[in-house]
Amino acid sequence: MRKTSLDMVYELARQDERVVFIGSDLGAGTLDEFRDEMPDRFFMEGVTEQNIIGMAAGLAMEGFIPYVNTIATFLTRRCYEQVAVDLCLHNLPVRLIANGGGLVYAPLGPTHLAIEDLAIMRALPNMTVVAPSDKEEMARFIPQTLDLPGPVYIRLAKGGDPVVSQAELGFAVGKAILMRPVGRVLLLATGVMTNRALIAAESLAKAGIDCGVLHAHTVKPLDEAQILDLAGKVDGIVTLEEHTLVGGLGSAVNDLLNDKIGRSAPSLLRLGIPDRFPDKYGSQDDLLGYYGLQPEAITESVRDFVGRIG
Amino acid sequence: MLREAAVASRPWLVSPPLDSRSLALRRLIVRGLEGGGRGHLGSAFSLVEMLRVLYDDILRYDPQQPKWAQRDRFILSKGHGCLGLYAILADKGFFGAEHLDKFCHFDGMLGGHPEASKIPGVEASTGALGHGLSIGLGQALAARIQKRDSRVVVIMGDGEINEGSVWEAALCAGKHKLGNLTAIVDYNKLQSYDRTSIVQDLEPLTDKWRSFGFAVHEVDGHDVLALRALLKSLPFESNKPSCIISHTVKGKGIAVAEGNPEWHHKSKISAKELADLYAELEG
Repeated sequence: MRKTSLDMVYELARQDERVVFIGSDLGAGTLDEFRDEMPDRFFMEGVTEQNIIGMAAGLAMEGFIPYVNTIATFLTRRCYEQVAVDLCLHNLPVRLIANGGGLVYAPLGPTHLAIEDLAIMRALPNMTVVAPSDKEEMARFIPQTLDLPGPVYIRLAKGGDPVVSQAELGFAVGKAILMRPVGRVLLLATGVMTNRALIAAESLAKAGIDCGVLHAHTVKPLDEAQILDLAGKVDGIVTLEEHTLVGGLGSAVNDLLNDKIGRSAPSLLRLGIPDRFPDKYGSQDDLLGYYGLQPEAITESVRDFVGRIG
Repeated sequence: MLREAAVASRPWLVSPPLDSRSLALRRLIVRGLEGGGRGHLGSAFSLVEMLRVLYDDILRYDPQQPKWAQRDRFILSKGHGCLGLYAILADKGFFGAEHLDKFCHFDGMLGGHPEASKIPGVEASTGALGHGLSIGLGQALAARIQKRDSRVVVIMGDGEINEGSVWEAALCAGKHKLGNLTAIVDYNKLQSYDRTSIVQDLEPLTDKWRSFGFAVHEVDGHDVLALRALLKSLPFESNKPSCIISHTVKGKGIAVAEGNPEWHHKSKISAKELADLYAELEG
C-alpha cells in the first residue's frame, strides 16, 4: 500500500508541476526516480517533523500540493500543532501519507503505534481523514487527492493486505461503500478492518445472522447520509476499527446516531482498542487478536450483541 | 568609562531619538491598544523601526493587490507583536486605520494574533510560536522552484526561539542555502517571565545562527539609518540564508514600559495611562 501510494505520487508529480514530495528520514532508495527526475520538487528533510509541516504549508501557500510522508505516529503526535495551525487553520492542500497506521508497528512497541491518529486528526476543522482497505483502493484514491480542498490525512496499512475493494464499486472521498447488503446488523468498518468484517459477516451468515458491511474509508467527512439511511434498516450497528475506542470511527458513529436519531437509533457496539497503551509486541495480527479484532472474535462479539438486543 | 567602553563595542546600546514617523506609528499602536483595551504593547514597540524600514524601503508589495505573486513575503512569526504589524499595514493602506479601534472586538477584523484569512497583507496566521520560519522557508523554496525573485523575511521574538521547531527550520534553511530568506530576531532581551538570560539564555546567539549556516549581522533595531543600510545589503551572502540579530528595547519609546516585563502584555489600562502614552509619543 505504501509503495502503491508513493509510486502514484511520483506519477502525479510527472503529470502535474504542483506536486512536491517531502519525506523525513525514509528508507534508503525511497522514490529515487522522483529525486533523479524532478530534484527541485523532491525533499528529504531529516527527522524534523515540525519543520516539515510548516515547510509544506509555505509551499502550499504558493500553489504547490505537497505530499508528506513519514511514520503515522510522528506525522500526527509529533507535529500536531503545526498540523492544526499551519495546515488546518490555513486550510492548505497538504497530503499527509502516514505509514503504519494502527498496530502495524506492533513489534516496535507503543512509541510507534498510531492508534489515536484518526481521533486527533478528525478533531481538526478542515481535515479530511481517509483509511483505504488495500492497495487497489489506494490506487483509486490517490489521484483524487490532487484536487481535494484542504489538508488530507491518509492512513496506510501494513502492505500486502488482502484486496477486498472492488473497482466496480468505485471510490469517492466521503462516500462509504456498501460491500455487503444489510441484514439485521450492519458492520461498519474502516481501513483493513473491512476485510475482517467481510470474513466475520460470512461466518455470521452461516449461523443465520445476516450482516451488511459498510466500508467507511473516509472517517471524516463521515458519510452521514448513507449511515443514517442504513441505520433505519437494521436492529444493530457494530463499528470496527484498528484504533482506540476514544474518538475514532465508533465515536463518530455514536455521535451521529445520538444527534440525528436519538432514542430510536439501532443499538450500537463499538469494537476497537481499549483506552490503554498496548502492553504486548508480536505482529499486527497478534495484537488485533489480543484486542478481539480478528474475524473469529468479531463473530463472537456480534453473536453476543445480537443475543443482547433480542 | 565603563559605559563608554560598552557603547563603543556595542553601539546599539545608544539609539538615536525616535523621529516623527516612528512616533506616529507608535501612536497607531496605542490606538489599537485603546480600541481593544489590551495588547502586547512592549512586544509591538520593539518592532516598529524594523517594520518601518522593511515596508518603507525594502519589501516589494502592492497594498491594492495583497496577493500579487511577485511580492516579497513578510511573516511576523512572533504574532503577539501584531499591533506593530497592523500599524504599518494600516499606514501603508492595506486597510483603514479605523480597524484598530475594533482591535480584539467580537466583530473586529484585527485579533490578538494576526490571521491570514482575514487581514489583507498578513501572509501567515501566527501566534503559536516557532512556526513562521518553517513556513517562510517553504515560501522561499517555492520562489526558487518557480524562479521568482521574491524574498521572504521572518521576524521572530527572542523568547520564541526557545522553540525547538525554530532550530529544525534553521537546519533546513541552512541546508538549502536559501539566499532569499532572512530571519530577524527581535532581541529585546525580555520574555514574559523575566530576562531571556535568566529564563533560557540564548547566548552566544550570533554563533548559533552562524553555525546553522546563516550569514549573520547585528544591528541596533531602533536605528533607522543603520537598519536601512543593513537591510539594503541583503542577502549578506548569496548562497546562505541571512540572519539579523536586532538589538531592541521592549516597550521602546515609553519610559515606564522600556525594559519592563509588566508591559509585555497589558490587559487593564486606565484612561490616565492612555493619555500619558499619547503625551509621551507627541511628535
